[in-house]
Parts: sequence; C-alpha cells; structure tokens
Amino acid sequence: MTTTLPAPALQDPMTAPMLEVSGLNFYYGESHILRDVSMTIPKGQMVCLIGRNGVGKTTMLKNIMGVLRSRTGEIRFEGQVVNGFSPDRRARMGIGYVPQGREVIPRLTVRENLIIGQEALGSRGKVQKEVPEEIYELFPVLKTMLDRMGGDLSGGQQQQLAIARAIMGQPKLLVLDEPTEGIQPSIILDIEAAVKKIVKTTGISVLLVEQHLHFVRQADYYYAMQRGTIVANGPTSELTNDVIQEFLAV
Amino acid sequence: MLEGLIGGLFNGISIGAVLLIVALGLAIVFGLMGVINLAHGELMMFGAYTTFVVQNAAKSMGGIAPDLYIFAALPLAFLVAALLGLLLERTVIRYLYGRPLETLLATWGVSLILIQFIRSVSWPMVIGLVVFAALFFVGRWVLTRYTDWDRISSWANPVFLGLSGAIAALTWFLTQSSGSAQFARPWFGARNVDVTPPSWLRGGITLGNTLQFPSARLFIIALTIICLAAVYWFLNGTAWGLRIRSVTQNRGMSACLGIPTGQVDAITFALGSGLAGIAGFAVTLLGSVGPNLGGNYIVDAFMVVVVGGVGKLVGSIVAAMVIGITTYLLGSGTMALLFPPSDFFQPIIGFFTFFATTSMAKVLVFALIIAFLQVRPAGLFPPKGRSVEL
Repeated sequence: MTTTLPAPALQDPMTAPMLEVSGLNFYYGESHILRDVSMTIPKGQMVCLIGRNGVGKTTMLKNIMGVLRSRTGEIRFEGQVVNGFSPDRRARMGIGYVPQGREVIPRLTVRENLIIGQEALGSRGKVQKEVPEEIYELFPVLKTMLDRMGGDLSGGQQQQLAIARAIMGQPKLLVLDEPTEGIQPSIILDIEAAVKKIVKTTGISVLLVEQHLHFVRQADYYYAMQRGTIVANGPTSELTNDVIQEFLAV
Repeated sequence: MLEGLIGGLFNGISIGAVLLIVALGLAIVFGLMGVINLAHGELMMFGAYTTFVVQNAAKSMGGIAPDLYIFAALPLAFLVAALLGLLLERTVIRYLYGRPLETLLATWGVSLILIQFIRSVSWPMVIGLVVFAALFFVGRWVLTRYTDWDRISSWANPVFLGLSGAIAALTWFLTQSSGSAQFARPWFGARNVDVTPPSWLRGGITLGNTLQFPSARLFIIALTIICLAAVYWFLNGTAWGLRIRSVTQNRGMSACLGIPTGQVDAITFALGSGLAGIAGFAVTLLGSVGPNLGGNYIVDAFMVVVVGGVGKLVGSIVAAMVIGITTYLLGSGTMALLFPPSDFFQPIIGFFTFFATTSMAKVLVFALIIAFLQVRPAGLFPPKGRSVEL
C-alpha cells in the first residue's frame, strides 16, 4: 500500500511541488524526534498527516514553519531551500500557519487580528485597510464580532479567526495543526466546509494535521507517522479502516 | 479656599505630568515589551545633556536663537536617546529577551557606563573611540570580504579586538598628554550644569491675587499631553503600532504571521528610549542637569508603571496623576488645613503636619503604594476578560 508520489525531475518553481521535505532529522536535546522524514505536497492538493499523539506531527509542522530548526535534512518551498529562513520570511514567501491552540493575538480586536494577517503578503500583494467580503463568506460569525477582543472569543470562533487570519495573507501553502481539536461538532463541520471551499476557490495547497476522521477523508493524500517516521502514505481513497485502526485510533 | 484648591490641583498635576512624561517611555519599554531597562534614566540624562549642548550652541549664535533653541533641542533629544536606545537594543538587550534577571544586570551595567561616560567624555576620548571603531569594524569588514572569515574568526576576532583596543588607547593617551589643557578637558565633568529656559518660559501666568501658573510647568503639561496623544496615535493608528502590539503579546505567532519581530523590537525600544530623551529635555526646565539625573527619576517611573498596571497606558496616566496630586497635597501641608483646628482633630492634624515635607511625603506615598499593591497586585487597571487566562 506504500506508494511514493512521483518525484519531480526539475526544481523549477513552475513544476516543483509546493513543499518538499527530504531526510529531515530533528532532536529535542538528545532525544531524536523526527527520523528521516520525507514528504511532498503537490500544488493545489490537500495532504493530511495522521498519527497518534506525540509521534511528532506538530514538531514536523513547526520545522516547516521555521519555529524549530532541524539538524539535518532539506525543506524546499517551491523549489527553494528554506532551511535557514526565519519564520517571518517563510510566512512572507507564502506559508500560512494555523497552529495548535489557535494563538489568536488576545488583546487585538478581531478586525486587527485579520488585518495583521496581511503582514504575510510582504511584496506579494497590496495591503488593504478593510477585510474583504470573501472572509465573511467563509466565516460569517466573524463579521458580527469585528470589534471584540480576539482573546474573548470562544474556542471555535478563535479557530475560525486563526484560519481567516492565515487566508488574509494569501498563502500558497496553508498549514493547519489540528483545526478541530476541542471544538463542538457543528463548528467542526463549518471549518471543514470552509477549508474545502478555500482549496477549491483559491487552488492553494494544504497540509493538514488532523484526528477527526471525516476531515481526514477530505484530503487527496495522506502520510501516516509513527514514532517520528513516515510509515505509510498514499491517496486518501486507499485509506482503509485497517490503516486507520493502526495509525489513528488510540 | 477655591484658589488654594485650584493652585494645589495645578501643582499636583504638574508633578504628575513630570512623572508621566518620565514614565511614558518606560510604559512602552517595560509595560509593553517587558524589558526591565535600568539604563532608562540614563537615556533621559542623555536627552538632558543634548538640550544643554543645543542651548550652548544657541547661546553662541546669539540673536533670537537662545529663545528658540528648545524647538531644536526637543527633536534632537528624542533622536539622540532613540539612537542610543537602538544601539543598546541591538548590541545587548536583544540577546536577553525573556531573561529579566540578566537584562536587569546588563542594563544596570550599561547605566553605570553611561554615567561615567558623561563625566569623563573629552575630545581625546572621542578620538580614541572613533579610532577603535574605525580599526575594528573596518578591519573586520575588509577581512570578511577578502579572506575566509569563518575559518579564521575564532582567533581573528580577539586579536583584532586587542590590537584596535591597544591602538585606540594609545591614541587617547597621546592626544590627552600632548593637546592643550582646553582640548583635553572633559566636556561636562562630574558637576551639574545649568540649562536656562528661554526667557518666555521663565515667567508665569498670574490669575487673581495668589494664583501663579509657572510657564515652564504649563509647557511640561502641554508637552506631556502632546506626547501622550502622539504615542496613542502611533500605537493604535499606524501599521507599525499594530505590529508592535501584536509582537508584544505573542512574539512567536507574530513571526509566523510574517511580522519581522527583530525590526519591531528595535523600533519599539527606540521609541521608548526617544521618549526618555524627551523626558530628559523636559526636566531641564525644572532644575540643573547632572550625570546622576537618571537615578532621581527611574524609581518614580517604575512606580508609576507598576501602580498603573503593567501594559496599560491609561493606567500610567491615572497613576501618575494620583501619585502627583497625593505627593503635593501631603508635601505642602494642605491636608492639615482641611480639618478645623479643634482638640478633637489635633492628632490627625499633627499626623499630616509631620509628613508635610517633600521627603516625608514621599515616604508616606511609598507606604500607601505598598499597601495598595497588597490589595491589587496587578495595579489600577489589570487586564480583564477571557484573554487574560489564555
């Protein structure tokens, strides 16, 4: 069942995959957290990273974002090696990050939280003074609480704000870390629908870390992680219940 | 009675305004960034000495220059202190973010260096420093361009430091001993120097028979209001202000959003330092300027920020005014006059008369602040709501 994605011959920005990680090794002090992790996210596709708690999924995303730096291995974004780049530079290149725990800026209003998402535009786009209407179409709830403090929102609202904030920066790759964790079921469906809509309308790539099975099935490819290594991957259509039992169920 | 009340209120507000303008820079550096900068008072002192230098230049120009020098001194004091703060942030503080104890020690050391620098700065010393900078930095720049710097940096750095240091020290020594006494003399020396306010700030406005509003105090109150409005506008109305507020609340996530946090830190710190420079400029209108000027104000400034609630600008405003007015009312003995001179009130009157000197009033104010912080440890305006627990 382990099928590798077709490796690109050229590292041309036009044909290179959106993100390509190869041979990544990461250590917290002496403990080896990520072992030779390689993964590819093609353009315009949604890739899901699954695995149980503590196998290194979030560490992986933090390495992609540049919050943590790996000891060896290479991370290429649109063909360019980004290993030495700071998180803010990677964000301006087009990696939008929605971390675990949302990390909405608490004492900024919802509007300010959205406006500041445009920092990631860098030289790629023009900063707008107002929040575009598309954001409210994705997350109608935000429109009603523009002047509330970000930190005063409920967990689900904060999650929607965090995703909307990332979208404001018009990313090429959206990195979502457990967007449905600890959120009530009705809002999980909203978030799922919004992410699907984003992929469809903007054509961006998505890297998703998720435990919620229904959401996992929306992805095009999956990578399964166990003790810091990728142990299985393939199209999500091949994601059988056996695989899920093995890698996802607790 | 009414005149007395207005006069007392005015004096209290003017003490509060001085406190506030001194605390404003600290409210940004300590309140927003969380950096305990013990050299903040010395940045103030540099602002004050900048004013002194500008004043001397204006005096030597003659004409109307001595009347208008403060309009040049104000931006220059801001600029000098801001640049010095920028240098301090880039070379020392940025390596110590999130380590308050180390920051405290390092900035205290910097404050001692700055005090001694002002005492002993002279032309030979400046020449020595310039020679050092030229040799060390230019030499290193040349080497990084033409050699494999990474390979040799382990021994080349100390060698370069030692060599350029020695040559610079020699230059200092030679210019010191060979130049004329006039040339080798320290610029300011250890003693206090005097800044004379321009003539139009020396008088005052008199209302009625006894009410006197000194122009210098009115000017400081106006300056404080302008600075407050400018800081409020900068933090809440500009893109950089938004970035500053974001970074000060969540540095890691702000970086992931694409905000260049290093730049934001530098700008925030420079802004706070520049405001210290303006405070230094303001206090030259009240008294003489000395190398120890910073120490006299730094405690008051921290007090205002802590009582107001760390991170809250409005808290600093209220705290400065309350502390200023309380200090004045206690120190001037106004409190004792509020009670009718009967036997019953005698103990209370005695109590207030005992504290009716400037230093004793300060003792009482400190005691009150300690008591207040026992009741409300987070200050007057602690942040509220769900966001606090996050």
